[in-house]
Amino acid sequence: MNVTTHTVDAKGQSCPGPLVALARALKDAQAGDLFELLATDPGSRSDVPSWAELSGNELLDAETLEDGSFRYVIRKVA
Amino acid sequence: MATIEAEAPTASLGDLLQRVEALEAQQAKQITKKNKLTIIAWGGSLDQIWPTTILATTAAASGMESSVFFTFWGLFAIVKPGVRITGENWMQKMMSVMNPGSAEKAKLSHYHFAGAGPAMFKKLADDHRVAKPEELISLATDLGARLIPCQMTMDLLGLKRADLIEGLEEPIGAATAIAEMRDAAISLFI
Repeated sequence: MNVTTHTVDAKGQSCPGPLVALARALKDAQAGDLFELLATDPGSRSDVPSWAELSGNELLDAETLEDGSFRYVIRKVA
Repeated sequence: MATIEAEAPTASLGDLLQRVEALEAQQAKQITKKNKLTIIAWGGSLDQIWPTTILATTAAASGMESSVFFTFWGLFAIVKPGVRITGENWMQKMMSVMNPGSAEKAKLSHYHFAGAGPAMFKKLADDHRVAKPEELISLATDLGARLIPCQMTMDLLGLKRADLIEGLEEPIGAATAIAEMRDAAISLFI
């Protein structure tokens, strides 16, 4: 199976910027595609899991990088 | 003992059927809520139209149905940016002068300071890269949110369909707005 990984760089954007950028990227993607979301908004730490629950997509990983920014890995489900 | 056991079920069968029927009728009347956010955008000030557009956009971005019903001062936020004076009589015209159209011109309900307040707000928003209401309006529609103007307030305020921005649904009335809210899991009045 071919899995495409997309990177969505939403660094510097505030709420709801990262989620909107992610949702727009997901729109044209295939189910099963992986997304790497990069963000600096501290609100994304609670917002990305909430978004995943609301939208039914799968949050595979959430980490804080060395520079203090955040990286999320999401799998498009629907 | 034996006679009681034999009589009890037969005596209650008709009653039981009646109760099932009543329950079914009750269930038929119950509303099934959708995974949907509906906002009544009543306020047109910047500190109202901003959260309205943030929530509508976020709901749409989360795969929820999202609809916004624009009424009263909220309508001025969806007037086309270039449109100046609207309305046919002096009252409607005066109203449009007091409420310059488009989300870009929305005033702050507090600390407006003749426009200095919104300018500072937007400077902060730029610094923090927060999308502005007018940007959020187009993002929301792009993500499938439905923006619906209120027909009655359009008539009252003298706003025509051509005065309003593109991408809106057909104007509706209060009953349709209530129908929108009735099946929405979340409905807000902002």
